[in-house]
Amino acid sequence: MEREAVFRTRGLTKVYSMGEVQVHALRGIDIELYAGELVVLLGASGSGKSTLVNILGGLDTATAGTVFYCGMDLTQADDRELTEYRRRHVGFVFQFYNLIPSLTARENVAIVTEIAQNPITPEQALDLVGLSDRKDSFPAQLSGGQQQRVAIARAIAKQPGVLLCDEPTGALDSKTGVIVLKALERVNRELRTTTVIITHNAVQAEMADRIIYLSDGQVSDVRGNDHKKEARELTW
Amino acid sequence: MRALDRKMLRDLWGMRGQALAIVFVILSGVATYVSMTSVMDSLQQTLRTYYAEYGFADGFATVRRAPELLLERIREIPGINAVETRVVSRVNLEIEGFGEPVSGTIVSVPEGEQPVLNRLFIREGRLVQPGRENEVVLNEPFAEAHGLRSGDRIAAIMNGRYRDLNIVGIGLSPEFLMQIDPASIFPDPMRYGVMWMGRSGLEAAYDMDGAFNDIAFTLAPGADIHEVIDRLDRILRPYGGQGAFGREDQQSHFFITEEFRQLERTATILPVIFLGVAAFLLNIVISRLISLQREQIAVLKAFGYSTLDVGVHYGKLVLLIVIMGAAAGTLLGCWLGRQLGDLYLRYYRFPYLDFALEPSVMVTASALTIGAALIGVAQAVGRAVKLPPAEAMRPAPPATFRATLVERLGLQRFFSQPTRMIMRDLERRPLKALLTILGISSSCAILIMGLFFYDSFDYVIHVQFGLAQREDMTVTFTDPTSTAAVFELKSLPGVIHAEPFRTVPVELRHGHLSFQTGIEGIPRDPHLRRLIDTDLKPVTIPPEGLLITERLARILDVRPGDKVIVEVQEGGRYTSSIPVAGITRQFVGVAAYMDMEAVNRLAGLGQAVSGAFLMIDRAFEQEITDSLTERPRVAGIAFQDRAIRAFRDTIAQTMLTYTFVLSLFAGVITFGVVYNSARIMLSERDRELASLRVLGFTKAEVRYILLGELAVMILLSIPLGLVLGALASAGFARSLQTDMYQLPFVLGKGTLVQASLIVLGASAASAMLVSLRLNRLDLIGVLKTRE
Repeated sequence: MEREAVFRTRGLTKVYSMGEVQVHALRGIDIELYAGELVVLLGASGSGKSTLVNILGGLDTATAGTVFYCGMDLTQADDRELTEYRRRHVGFVFQFYNLIPSLTARENVAIVTEIAQNPITPEQALDLVGLSDRKDSFPAQLSGGQQQRVAIARAIAKQPGVLLCDEPTGALDSKTGVIVLKALERVNRELRTTTVIITHNAVQAEMADRIIYLSDGQVSDVRGNDHKKEARELTW
Repeated sequence: MRALDRKMLRDLWGMRGQALAIVFVILSGVATYVSMTSVMDSLQQTLRTYYAEYGFADGFATVRRAPELLLERIREIPGINAVETRVVSRVNLEIEGFGEPVSGTIVSVPEGEQPVLNRLFIREGRLVQPGRENEVVLNEPFAEAHGLRSGDRIAAIMNGRYRDLNIVGIGLSPEFLMQIDPASIFPDPMRYGVMWMGRSGLEAAYDMDGAFNDIAFTLAPGADIHEVIDRLDRILRPYGGQGAFGREDQQSHFFITEEFRQLERTATILPVIFLGVAAFLLNIVISRLISLQREQIAVLKAFGYSTLDVGVHYGKLVLLIVIMGAAAGTLLGCWLGRQLGDLYLRYYRFPYLDFALEPSVMVTASALTIGAALIGVAQAVGRAVKLPPAEAMRPAPPATFRATLVERLGLQRFFSQPTRMIMRDLERRPLKALLTILGISSSCAILIMGLFFYDSFDYVIHVQFGLAQREDMTVTFTDPTSTAAVFELKSLPGVIHAEPFRTVPVELRHGHLSFQTGIEGIPRDPHLRRLIDTDLKPVTIPPEGLLITERLARILDVRPGDKVIVEVQEGGRYTSSIPVAGITRQFVGVAAYMDMEAVNRLAGLGQAVSGAFLMIDRAFEQEITDSLTERPRVAGIAFQDRAIRAFRDTIAQTMLTYTFVLSLFAGVITFGVVYNSARIMLSERDRELASLRVLGFTKAEVRYILLGELAVMILLSIPLGLVLGALASAGFARSLQTDMYQLPFVLGKGTLVQASLIVLGASAASAMLVSLRLNRLDLIGVLKTRE
């Protein structure tokens, strides 16, 4: 059966100007991402993983090439359309959580559910990541792993079409990292959300349906994972 | 409540210190604007209604003695509406327990009823009754100054005869809003007073049976005052008419118009500058405050909040702050406006004050502050959303630091590493540094604008009373008198020197410009009353030609060498053309001077004097006063030190109260700005500074880096602020010139030091508050999170 592609990129290119230097972050990426799959983007620092995910999520614009999300050309979208796209379809999890310090865990989730079309409640979302008992804590009162789980709850509460996670365990120790990955795994399984996880940790790739290797701004390999592991089996 | 609103409230609470400082800046700007504008509006409105309700005349005329029968002919002048004849006379008064000479003007009123024009507001007691020739109503400020009430008595020397008068009422009249001795410039209610007496009593006292010597009239709608004055003058000339004049030349009205004009300028210019500065500072502070939220803005954007949503969110936050400030400022402004209004009420003697607060004033003040704040929000949010959210969330790329000028010149070896960091940071973001410097200097500038008045007034007193008018007292005679009178004065015990003067009322004309004033004739080599030129050097009086004050030269648009038409308004009317011989500097009053002999030739009454300036031995002051008050030909005595005091009091009650309030607010604004600048600098650099602490820098070193940069900016701001303040004040002083007095722009070192100290004080206090926060830097936090 032909699988339904959620994302399709063709010749995706991104060039940053850093002062007088031009940095080629992406050099012609052609990939597809399919509904419901969990994809790990693997690559060294500077390989272009974050740039790719940011463009997929409508947080950044491409220099050249096209990105289609369910038939919508993101490279042609203006700011208003990108905002609408992010609001309706995309959930983000960032390496540094980016919680709003002045809001509690529940309120950090609510800030998204309040503008979403078909959200689950903040309580349900926090329940999914195992934080029902810390709903009223402020970010400063939570550990790094807990903060990241709040960030995941915030990302999935709107029931996004795609969940984009940029180094979600990058700032965490391995034990806490596994807890976070378990939360992502559960969301992917239970909500059937297409999930993209960026990492430079090859071990985490073992929980993926597919692994896309990036190096130097190009796709160097795409592999299916025949021996998919559960997050709790991972150690690094 | 929505999570975003909750965030707003918590953010507000989190920055309450800064928010409060901003509230104070707005409050100061708005309160200044609201209070000054409302006071001005109230005074203007009160003046209008008072004049209308109490029938203030449109014109006046003085005549030596005219028969009452003339009234019919005057009534027939086309354009005249109502007319009232009166007997008005100067009078010397004696008040028990008050040893100094007191003079007054006594005005006739119909007995048992209000006059047709210039009606009295009776504060206590009643009007004079028919047939009671000893009853008077006293003008309130004069009665208050001496604690006189209705039922008390007052002694007067009327036409050389001693009279005991019963005070039956205390009142006010629109004609004497400002009660000023015609011989002096400022009101002095202790030594000059106005009173009203029944017409028949006054007629009897001054041999004016069936006659009058003064007229008040109103104009029919659309009438031309100049035509009416011409016709009136023609009718009155045979009876010793001294020239009719319109309301605008009436002393009280003239004075009050000039004062109001000046007040109005102050009330328009200063508060607008204040509000503008507050708005500017608000804009800078808000925009920087929101710039600090760049990451949170990016997160909100990442989750699908639109730019507008984000803008509205921060807009609400800022609006809360601004509305608090504007509301508090409006309330304070109203309260202050009322206080100032009461103060002016005591000074200007209206029977009541119509407190007016135009809604438009509040709307303007609020709109301006809210607008400035929202523009700040829009700028900052606009900047924050210009970057794609992905980039905004990433730590800002390492700033492109360059070697500073100092380093390129190879001077870095003279500076420590922290000092070099300060220099690089300033050089890297010159615009930010410039805006901060501009903000602090503009608050320094408004301080100067509030403070420079003191210097200018001191200078006026020094020049006017120290260099030019050096007499101890002035004696004026009722009529031009023989020069022998001066020798008589000289012979009084205690009089060291007596110098005669001769004043002739004139109208000066040059082209279409004209001005009514007096030419003062002074001896060729004056010792007491000297004229000084624009370099403050004494001027020699030329044998012919006029010396006129700078202001008069401007009014008439003449230069030395130009000829002016002089029409003498005393006795017969002679007109001659006289050249302007020179310009003199005089800050108080507008005047023309001439050699005394030349003036006498002009007036054509032979060698006469109008009075004399005396230098006296203070020990004989009382004796001289006593002997002068007994002389019927002496119309008035004025002491110079009291004139200075009256001048100071006048100024103190109006301008200086104003400027005190202004300086206070300027101080508050300064503190608000410096504190916010310091706090924002700390927020912008707290991670960097915490990292330095982690790397082993001491608290003192870290403090040096942050406060050093602030210090550099403040030290640059102060001289700039002083220069800006001087320029603004000079322009402001120029705009305040009135015919009554000109305010020279003088800025003393003391004021510069004072303004600098206020800025430094605000900076020191802010630096202390910021240091406390610096000591609490979260060193672990910086290791855990990025950057």
